[in-house]
Amino acid sequence: MTAALTTPPVTKVPAAPAAPRKRRLRLGTSTVNLVLVAVSVVYVLPLLWMALASVSDLNTFKLKLPDSLTLDNFDAVLNVDTTFRPMLNSLLLCGFGTAITVVASILCAYPLSRYRSRVRRPFLYTILFSTGLPITAVMIPVYSMFVQVDLIDSMPGTTLFLAASSLPFGIWLMKNFMDGVPVVLEEAARIDGANTMQVLWRVVLPLMRPGVVVVTIFTFIGMWGNFFVPFILLLSPEKLPASVSVFTFLSAHDQTQYGQLSAFSIIYSLPVVMLYLLLARKLGGGFALGGALKG
Amino acid sequence: MTAVSPVPSREQRTRGTAPSPVIRSLLRGLPTVPAVVLLAVFLAGPIAYCVYYAFTDMQLTGASGTSFVGVDNFTRAFQDADFLNAVKLTLVFVVGSAVVGQNTLGLALAILMQKASKPVRSLISGVVIAAWVLPEVVAGYLMYAFFFDQGSLNSLLDAVGLPTQNWLYTMPILAVCLANVWRGTAFSLMVFSAAINDVPAELTEAAEMDGANAWQRLWRVTLPVIRPTILTNLMLITLQTLSVFGLIYTMTRGGPGNKSETLPIFMYQQAFQNSLIGYGTAIALVLLVVGALFSVVYIRLLKLEDD
Repeated sequence: MTAALTTPPVTKVPAAPAAPRKRRLRLGTSTVNLVLVAVSVVYVLPLLWMALASVSDLNTFKLKLPDSLTLDNFDAVLNVDTTFRPMLNSLLLCGFGTAITVVASILCAYPLSRYRSRVRRPFLYTILFSTGLPITAVMIPVYSMFVQVDLIDSMPGTTLFLAASSLPFGIWLMKNFMDGVPVVLEEAARIDGANTMQVLWRVVLPLMRPGVVVVTIFTFIGMWGNFFVPFILLLSPEKLPASVSVFTFLSAHDQTQYGQLSAFSIIYSLPVVMLYLLLARKLGGGFALGGALKG
Repeated sequence: MTAVSPVPSREQRTRGTAPSPVIRSLLRGLPTVPAVVLLAVFLAGPIAYCVYYAFTDMQLTGASGTSFVGVDNFTRAFQDADFLNAVKLTLVFVVGSAVVGQNTLGLALAILMQKASKPVRSLISGVVIAAWVLPEVVAGYLMYAFFFDQGSLNSLLDAVGLPTQNWLYTMPILAVCLANVWRGTAFSLMVFSAAINDVPAELTEAAEMDGANAWQRLWRVTLPVIRPTILTNLMLITLQTLSVFGLIYTMTRGGPGNKSETLPIFMYQQAFQNSLIGYGTAIALVLLVVGALFSVVYIRLLKLEDD
């Protein structure tokens, strides 16, 4: 990133104009740093409040340092009803949902990436088109449909819907990663007598493991944070995932225990934050994801 | 994206006991079946349902009385002041928080980050992405606390001597817009950072040799080069923002009154709180059609890049 800025002075620029430009550049850098630090501070305030509220006994919306640190809030929420069951439900919904999405998109991406046929382009465009559809809008018909086939309040039904709704993006990403695997290697395996599934499993997948990891983590993070789908499709309190229980926690109590809610929010957010850090390390800084999303 | 998928080699085509071409292409398509079935049942199915039920008077209480009412739901919607209010607020929300907010802030940060020193760069990308990685409901809760009457924003304003107010009550739509900028800018930032990194260094260097200053290089070189990315990003964040529900619902529930009631919230309230599934579905269809139009434009943009 800095290459473009540092190279010019090395080239044959006369010495005289180089000096003031360099100074202006450095001045610019410190101003830029200052602006960005200011933005960071504004950005971090809400997060800071949550962190403080979770270990404070003040139970206030005000951003201030607690007199004494306490773990009471965490103690109060770490029980089956508040934390463990919703987290387990989230894990079941998102774990199975992600597994279905990843397996189905690997299978679907292979023919799309390898074979040319008349339906390939329309199919790809339909997939791309579906990635843009607002899933929120589909939820009311999905609800009516689920009521009619008696899938409402069913965790498997919700899991399948979550999987289906993240499939278009999964297929699209997976296909792009698969396109990066050279066909030559596959042909060698084919000559040795491997069939399509063996080629996919033994040759293609090992070569695109980073891609599979990216799709898996990305799908899981998306499902973990999804609020509207379980909010509509699940009714029984004991089936609700953490995303919905944060919401009910917030709206159930008039004098909400903000410390406890903050503690629970941190516990609920922790898995996706850690997965994201893993993803960022895999990609050498999360910014490669921007490149992948760009298409 | 330029998927040059290999044509099967001649050797493969003529190998031994090859079945007829039709059967072969069916066999090749076999792995797509699980995905196609899932998409057909859970996505295409509901959309077809949506198109059908939008023209009925279906209610939550017993499906027996459902009858076909033609375009009644739509004529009703366009005469419903609450619906028009929701359309207006959705427009404000999408333009304010996505097109102006996230897009501009993301681009500005991406450009500034290039000039910043490394620790500052890590700091800003870290906090911006942290806000994005957090689950939607947690972000909504944090923003609720931030904009609350006794919350951090008012303490901050008070500290610097500016007038405070109950943000969630006096200007809820501004609060949810800012909340969505806080939460969503990371996406634009990542897309733009990747694009700016791809701008060939020769171009900016050549411009600098020709005596262009930093502003000119930005306006005449960098921005024109990443223009397709800006368009793609605009489409994507518009689509994302159009369907935001959890963030707004956690913060304000569309209120007070209907002052932050965007289309998804309005749709939810009509369908589930007023038990008017048919009417809610008609609103969903409107949302779906708007989303579909943006989606088509987005595909066209990608296609233009592709060819």
